Amino acid sequence: MLTLSEVQNITGEKGNFQVEILKKPRYVREDRCIACGACTEKCPGKFEDGYNADLKTRTAIYVEYPQAVPLKYAINPAACLKLTKDKCGTCQEVCPADAIDYTMTEETVTIDAGSIILAPGFKPFDPSRFDNYQYSKFANVVTSMEFERMLSATGPTMGHVTTFPKVPANPKKKKDKLLAEKRKDPKKIAWFQCVGSRDVNKCDNPYCSSVCCMYAVKEAIIAKEHAGDGLDCSIFFMDMRTPGKEFEKYYQNAKDKHGINFIRSRVHSVVEDAETGDLHIQYADEMGQIIRETYDLIVLSVGLEISCETRAFAEKFNIDLTESGFAKTGSFEPVATSRDGIYVSGVFNNPKDIPESVLDASAAASAAGDALAEVRNTLTKEIPAVPETNVIGDRPSIGVFICDCGSNIAGVVDCPHVTEYAATLPYVTVAEETTYACSQDAQDKMVEIIKEKGLNRIVVAACTPKTHEPLFQETLKSAGLNKYLFEMTNIRNHNSWVHKNNPDIATEKAKDLVRMAVAKAGLAQPLKEEKIQVNASVMVVGGGLAGLTAARSLASQGYETHIIEKKDTLGGEALKLWKTAQGEDVQEHLSALIKEVQANDKIVVHTNTTLEGVDGFVGNFTSTLNTDGKTTELEHGLAVLATGAKALETTEYSLGQDERIIRTLDLDRLFRENDPKLDQVQSAVFIQCVGSREPERPYCSRVCCTHSVENATALKDKNPDMDVFILYRDIRTYGERELLYKKAREKGVIFIRYEVTDKPKVTVEKDFVAVTVKDHVLNQPVTIEADLVTLATALVPRKDERLANFFKVPLNDEGFFVEKHAKLGPAEFATDGVFVAGSGHYPKPVNEAITQGRAAASRALTLLAKKDSLFTSGTIASVDVQKCSACGVCVSICPYNAPSFMTEGRFEGKADINPVLCKGCGLCVASCRSGAIHLRGFDTNQIFSQIFALGETG
Amino acid sequence: MESKKTGSVVVIGGGISGMLSALDLANSGFYVYLVEKGPSIGGVMAQLDKTFPTNDCAM
Repeated sequence: MLTLSEVQNITGEKGNFQVEILKKPRYVREDRCIACGACTEKCPGKFEDGYNADLKTRTAIYVEYPQAVPLKYAINPAACLKLTKDKCGTCQEVCPADAIDYTMTEETVTIDAGSIILAPGFKPFDPSRFDNYQYSKFANVVTSMEFERMLSATGPTMGHVTTFPKVPANPKKKKDKLLAEKRKDPKKIAWFQCVGSRDVNKCDNPYCSSVCCMYAVKEAIIAKEHAGDGLDCSIFFMDMRTPGKEFEKYYQNAKDKHGINFIRSRVHSVVEDAETGDLHIQYADEMGQIIRETYDLIVLSVGLEISCETRAFAEKFNIDLTESGFAKTGSFEPVATSRDGIYVSGVFNNPKDIPESVLDASAAASAAGDALAEVRNTLTKEIPAVPETNVIGDRPSIGVFICDCGSNIAGVVDCPHVTEYAATLPYVTVAEETTYACSQDAQDKMVEIIKEKGLNRIVVAACTPKTHEPLFQETLKSAGLNKYLFEMTNIRNHNSWVHKNNPDIATEKAKDLVRMAVAKAGLAQPLKEEKIQVNASVMVVGGGLAGLTAARSLASQGYETHIIEKKDTLGGEALKLWKTAQGEDVQEHLSALIKEVQANDKIVVHTNTTLEGVDGFVGNFTSTLNTDGKTTELEHGLAVLATGAKALETTEYSLGQDERIIRTLDLDRLFRENDPKLDQVQSAVFIQCVGSREPERPYCSRVCCTHSVENATALKDKNPDMDVFILYRDIRTYGERELLYKKAREKGVIFIRYEVTDKPKVTVEKDFVAVTVKDHVLNQPVTIEADLVTLATALVPRKDERLANFFKVPLNDEGFFVEKHAKLGPAEFATDGVFVAGSGHYPKPVNEAITQGRAAASRALTLLAKKDSLFTSGTIASVDVQKCSACGVCVSICPYNAPSFMTEGRFEGKADINPVLCKGCGLCVASCRSGAIHLRGFDTNQIFSQIFALGETG
Repeated sequence: MESKKTGSVVVIGGGISGMLSALDLANSGFYVYLVEKGPSIGGVMAQLDKTFPTNDCAM
């Protein structure tokens, strides 16, 4: 990891680049800094705190935030008095670790690399130049980034939403003091959307930033959570763009459950009340009525922008950019830049949210890896494992660490008191309080204490084990302790957060929780993890774009891959498409991809094949395939589910009754075949959201707006005199797709918005199809005499419950696969060794399906590469065969098929549990009438010890 | 003859996408250099309070 570093030069080519990197001085020696913070206390230098969106200042010697990695201080040379004026030097005097070194200088290093990935990110748009919203002048106009920090518990206002947020908390200047006196809790907050996006008049950002609608809704919901229901939140928008997975429901809930107002209007200007700082706004509502309102705070939902530095960097190294400054990529290689061997991920590759950035990250990794497949494992080294200390039979010696979590816990719970109390508990050798137990220095200290005091059991009382247990377990391992000699108790989510108004009770509860954890830890035993043998081959279910892409990537890295396709041809739904959003010919690229897959000797294609059954677990699956009635078995280590989605079958809007009423994919076919019918069309109507965003299917199908806008433009290109109408609810051309929308309007496509409560009506007449819709501008019904009506029907998942059941993976209410984690695990399932890609996860256009196909392959590769070091969990059930009565309850109750009867040996007929399949849920333990099953790490005596400890008083 | 390729990758940018690219590559057998211009990695996501649509803590 090279921090404070910038790339100066890139030479060489794919496979062999030389990257010259300028490493700027930190002025603090990383090997010595213990991040104690003594230096900041006395530091007189100040500069703006970028982490807190410049809402406050920080000292010249600083760490960005408490969880920063590496957790090492740095000096900003521009703000440091020693480095600028040679006055001061205090930090060097107070540093207990002798880490400060003012003599450090820049150095240049050159690194050899086979591939390069660019992930430089974005900068939030700076609205200072917008005179109509007066961001730089009015104290109560803030950006969404500033508001985000205001909502944060670690932010400048510690999560308190207030007016005059830019005024320091403890003002020193007279002017600031006067403003601070006016400070109040806002009663009305407005969000203005599309500030620095979808706008060519005030700025040059014609694209949509893709994330602002959702983050504004989120900020409004959280603001109401913080301030209570009395807070009035209004979002002023042009089109509400919530086309991601579960986004539409979030938006509807914001309206219906949280009472957030959504106003479709672009506010013209803001005027400040000189006395109170309140903001008067004026806007036209949907009926054209001018409305005047007053708000306490206005949040500008600023867009994402590519910085000048990134643009200059791209230009210097021959990376082609779009006009808006994003990296130019093709739909079929969505993470490859114009320069061979250099890949791109994140917002630099078009505006996107976190899950899409995560998919991009894995996809870029897969592309970068594919290019270097033959030199994999040539430069990596295994970290030597610290030998494990044998503690069996030793008297427990417990270390308890109480985390303040900044003010998250310590703001409510009396942590020093809890620490003192913990020290008095049986077998506790050490009890320590730490500000952030998860920080690197706290971890290092923990290792030190474990070694110094000879601890053999560790308890951490902090936040949730769901996110932090693995971190502490690693710490135990590096101290030579078995990672199961650890117990974590949650005194934040279960305590300080929920009892924030009762600090005394919260402190008592923290003591109870710690006492229980100590009791359990005292009985903890070291557990062993079983090694898993991984069959290094992958089965890909579905031969569409996502599946083909995943298979190609896996095969190019040398792994045998099987594609299971139920139809007789590869290609899936993409076979029906005409062009991508970027205008590429789908069939041309698709047939090239199919040929590549068919020619690859590592890929076996099974067409006309269905899956009849799956047995086994990660590394060792056996699937039963049915090819034209013939059954075969396939052994594979991993699986990728890429089953796709299809267009909704419907009879709405008279579909199927007249050949002039067709679906989007039918129109694509007419275009593909260059059908002369299209030359006859004089008036064409597109109807959006057919079956999407309705109670029955409360999601947005994501692809249809762009698709219709593109096809409408193509009709106009064919015949500029043709009347082309798009009837829509919100146009959701996210990212640079917005440019297509702009182009369609310029070409004369007419957009008419309708309400879901007043849908268009379609009547078939002899000479035309009559489409009647209430025009949103005229506020009157108009009838269009169309000779082509194209319905943008919803994309519906295959809802294959049988397949989901085979792999024990969940489907959501609509039938889409539910990924492991909405943010951080979008291409994999909670079931180990099973991955997801394509529209079966959520509707997606060509480039996104390919990205996810690559991402699934990348995630699968991380398992395949570790195939010799994959282990089961230690917290699994085991059977005491002496007590087992072979009743079979465990066999029938287990949702993972882990227990079975032994078929041979001395204990034939008794139950045995497969450690790889066991998830440690405990169902069998609770149901075993003989008490023969034990859950390691959660054994009966441990649970009882906790219950008994609860009964004792602090 | 083609010169031998280098089994390492440079990832420029230590935000969420850079970090995860680096992790995937390191876990599949490549040596990774993660280059970040600031003093610590994490990027913009570390500045966010909660994330949509689950309202999970961004940190």
